[in-house]
Amino acid sequence: MSQGTAERVVPPPLALRHRRQRVDGDRVFEGLALGAGIVILAIAGIFVLALFLPALPAIRQFGLGFLTSSEWNPVTLRFGALPFIFGTLLTSAIAMVIAFPIGLGAALFLAEEARLRFIRVPLSFAIELLAGIPSVVIGLWALFILVPLMRTTIEPFLAHTLGFLPIFQGPVSGSSFLTAGIVLAIMVLPILVALSRDVIRVVPRSLREGSLALGATKTETVWSVVLPYARVGITGAMLLSLGRALGETIAVTMVIGNRAEISRSLFAPGYTLPSVLANEFTEAVGKIYQGALFELGLVLVLITILVNVLARVMVWRFQGGREPTRV
Amino acid sequence: MNRLAARVMLDRLVSALVILCVMLAAIPVLILLVFVVIKGLPGMLAPGFFTDLPHPIGVPGGGVFNAIIGTLVIVGIASLVAVPLGTLVGIFLSEFGRNRVGDAVRFVSDVLTGLPSIAFGIFGYTVLVATLGHFSAISASAALAVLMLPVILRATETALVLVPNALREGGLALGAPRWRVTMQIIVPAALAGIVTGALLAMARAAGETAPLLFTTLGNEYLQLNPGRPMGALSLTVFKNALVPYTSLQDQAWAAALLLVIIVSVTNILARVYVRRVQR
Repeated sequence: MSQGTAERVVPPPLALRHRRQRVDGDRVFEGLALGAGIVILAIAGIFVLALFLPALPAIRQFGLGFLTSSEWNPVTLRFGALPFIFGTLLTSAIAMVIAFPIGLGAALFLAEEARLRFIRVPLSFAIELLAGIPSVVIGLWALFILVPLMRTTIEPFLAHTLGFLPIFQGPVSGSSFLTAGIVLAIMVLPILVALSRDVIRVVPRSLREGSLALGATKTETVWSVVLPYARVGITGAMLLSLGRALGETIAVTMVIGNRAEISRSLFAPGYTLPSVLANEFTEAVGKIYQGALFELGLVLVLITILVNVLARVMVWRFQGGREPTRV
Repeated sequence: MNRLAARVMLDRLVSALVILCVMLAAIPVLILLVFVVIKGLPGMLAPGFFTDLPHPIGVPGGGVFNAIIGTLVIVGIASLVAVPLGTLVGIFLSEFGRNRVGDAVRFVSDVLTGLPSIAFGIFGYTVLVATLGHFSAISASAALAVLMLPVILRATETALVLVPNALREGGLALGAPRWRVTMQIIVPAALAGIVTGALLAMARAAGETAPLLFTTLGNEYLQLNPGRPMGALSLTVFKNALVPYTSLQDQAWAAALLLVIIVSVTNILARVYVRRVQR
């Protein structure tokens, strides 16, 4: 009975009920959150199947020969991906050759230049704004402004001055590998600048000060202290931008000229993996033709995943395991 | 002394080069915006642009009412799915995600972020269009929702992780259950980051074209049923740009301007909101 009195002092049923409710609420909440996480994993699983299954008929039909054949003939149903892989890699390479030096220079300015705040801030803003402009708008601009300019001025000029190089020979058309590469360069620049700027900012101040105190100029400090330190991170930033360039669809489709050919001249029209997919998808009939297009998509996804994982590892390693910058 | 002069000269030269680089990076934006405004503004101000349906080729006038409605509906449905789900996953990653499941979700979302947008189109096509047997706005929403998810969940996670642990401890010490602490203390404290992530994801989704080509396909007529194909502004730009009629091309420019305005305003709102809240 004495136990009973003690229980009456601290009413046990109430305390117990409270306790049980709290545990349950938290369990439900954690379960919900975990469930949402598992939904993401399930979506990823479905995603893999959705990319792989429709490509299966073509994979069965052509095997590995799909990657090395350069024939693309919907009439005879013989398909090969080589011209498109070539076009994708070539246009992205052009884009990186143009964008990398410009982007690195711009990032250095935004990260290192202490003065000129009145242009630094609006420039940062403008570059971030460009990152948000839809690719179809850039494609529209490129189609009506850049392509004519390339045809009448830039490509003839290059043919005239650098025409001894095989890549600058042949008839000019405006819609070409070179035009697509330039459009891609414009599109990846903001990402490249933002990522490299943040990487350069992480370089410890004391290193710069040490170098400057030893009498090095700003340029020498950047060249022999800042850039070597940030090298891995900048490489990662470059690879992330490359991933973007490889998969860009709409803007490239509008300016590349759509011809499934491998040619030596940058002035020639070509085709890329995503643009052939976007162009021919609605007219593709039959399991083999559709399957071949989906297999192109699969090849593209595998290439971009490879490049992206490599890039993430590098940026992540550079930042010592901290959250990498996201664009 | 001569050597020093050369070094200083080089330093100046490099400073100038770097400024040149930043100009080269920024000038395309300016040129692009100028052209879109000059070529798009007359079309956008023309009567009926916002309220009429597209006219047949050769008939002057016409608008993009169907595409505006389509973009709003498609992005709206995608956001209704992606924003709550993405936020919840972000909460999971930040509050309960220090385990294998959390790492797997992070890895998956990183991979999804890097995928080309056309891959989301293939996803929407195989999962919904092929199984339902016809193109539809709802499949476009599904594709865009998956495209938005990684942006939202990572933004949420980053914002939540930044909330000081003292707030969590304080809430728990007062006897509040975990879910109350999270929903009533931690999430409100991180709201700026979460809202910004959602707005940026919506802006990106509104501008996408490639996923829509595979899922909603486009529609010249007004369609209010999301189970059917609908038009979209980005599709209007893409399709009208590729036809040889100047009246349609003008409409492409006008639609592009409208798209740029929508996307930029959303982007700027997101950034301004963050700045105000942080202050």
